[in-house]
Amino acid sequence: MSTAAELDPAPKLDAYAHPERLVTTAWLAEHLDDPNLVVAESDEDVLLYETGHIPGAVKIDWHLDLNDPVERDYVSGEGFARLMEAKGIRRDTTIVFYGDKSNWWAAYALWVATLFGHQDVRLLDGGRQKWVEEGRQLTTEVPRRDTADYPVVERDDAVIRAFREQVLEHIRGDGRLVDVRSPGEYSGELLAMPDYPQEGALRGGHIPGAANVPWKRAANDDGTFKSADQLRAIYEGELGLGKDDDIVAYCRIGERSSHTWFVLSQLLGFQRVRNYDGSWVEWGNSVRVPIERSSEPGPDPRLKAVG
Amino acid sequence: MAMPARLQEIVEEFADLPVELRLEALLDYSRRVPPLPERLAGHRDAMEQVPECQTPFFLATELGDGDRVTIHFDAPPEAPTTRGFAGILSEGLNGAAAAEVLAVPNGFYTALGLDRVISPLRLRGIAAILGRLKRQVVVQVEAEKGQARRR
Repeated sequence: MSTAAELDPAPKLDAYAHPERLVTTAWLAEHLDDPNLVVAESDEDVLLYETGHIPGAVKIDWHLDLNDPVERDYVSGEGFARLMEAKGIRRDTTIVFYGDKSNWWAAYALWVATLFGHQDVRLLDGGRQKWVEEGRQLTTEVPRRDTADYPVVERDDAVIRAFREQVLEHIRGDGRLVDVRSPGEYSGELLAMPDYPQEGALRGGHIPGAANVPWKRAANDDGTFKSADQLRAIYEGELGLGKDDDIVAYCRIGERSSHTWFVLSQLLGFQRVRNYDGSWVEWGNSVRVPIERSSEPGPDPRLKAVG
Repeated sequence: MAMPARLQEIVEEFADLPVELRLEALLDYSRRVPPLPERLAGHRDAMEQVPECQTPFFLATELGDGDRVTIHFDAPPEAPTTRGFAGILSEGLNGAAAAEVLAVPNGFYTALGLDRVISPLRLRGIAAILGRLKRQVVVQVEAEKGQARRR
């Protein structure tokens, strides 16, 4: 067994609940050659890695590598083990994920790796954008990594993943729900544009009771996460989330809400946070589920149940 | 009416490639988007945005002599996939007659065989680009007809 990579001692990270989940660009630049560290790029744009990536980084594509090709689900334990082996990642390897769009897909890939219980997963604070803007080295050379042994581990969907039926239960109970899409998607306005069906959902709006906190509020313009104090002011102060609340985050297909899941569970240390990856594309196409079409969270379903 | 010959060639070129090389071909087309002419560079207000693409993407079409279509695209370098689509449409459609452009099937991109490497939601971006481009051509063809009647 080789040891995991050391932690980034940057003071900013220290204020987060789990500083071991983030690294800075400066730290990563110094640790690219660490023997048991693999950098993985996960982007929205499937071609971006090919235009140039962090030296030594492997590509993990959310669509090709993490999704089952037939069913709308993630790969199986066998599929994940094959992927890790092909990328030269062992069970004790430190994986540093980074990507475009303020790390949406990198956070999503990290979340999927967490479903499989991979222990040492980290995000590069600021993602691809910050690395590029700092003029750091990029290469088009695809690394030749030796394949590694990776055990077949069954995916655990119980702790950090929510399904539609569970969300229905969740809104009837005292669960907290965070819709991280833009205000236009939240109110239902965006689907109402004539002639331009965009989002792949038949109905617009949001899940009743969900508060709207766009994912972007957790990020600075350079793609880095806001400070621990700033994040607490938003999610604890404004939204009033408590440490023991049962929280579900969703967006359109689960990628932006992975970003918020990371903020809530890893940076702020909330204990019970799940990502509803079915998200609006599932909810807005479902028959007979409640929808609120306004810019307000809407009637609390608990009140309706009592009345 | 058949697809414009160059677009047909491009479609066949993609379809003939092994799947793992199709992304590389798309990357190649992303490098072939011609720069904007001076009158459009920096003038996104003179172009139409395609909001279905998840990145800022703009297009403008012009109708020249003999109803020949010229298309201009403005797509950011950090979105090479969308730029690749723009490169395909630019090379495949520029200089074609308006009627030929309008005859391109809206789902022509499925024949590129990219569905195994690009997610369906993202592929819709290319359909949206073509849809908006055709709409602009229709508007301009109608405007020309109107002018001809007035003459």
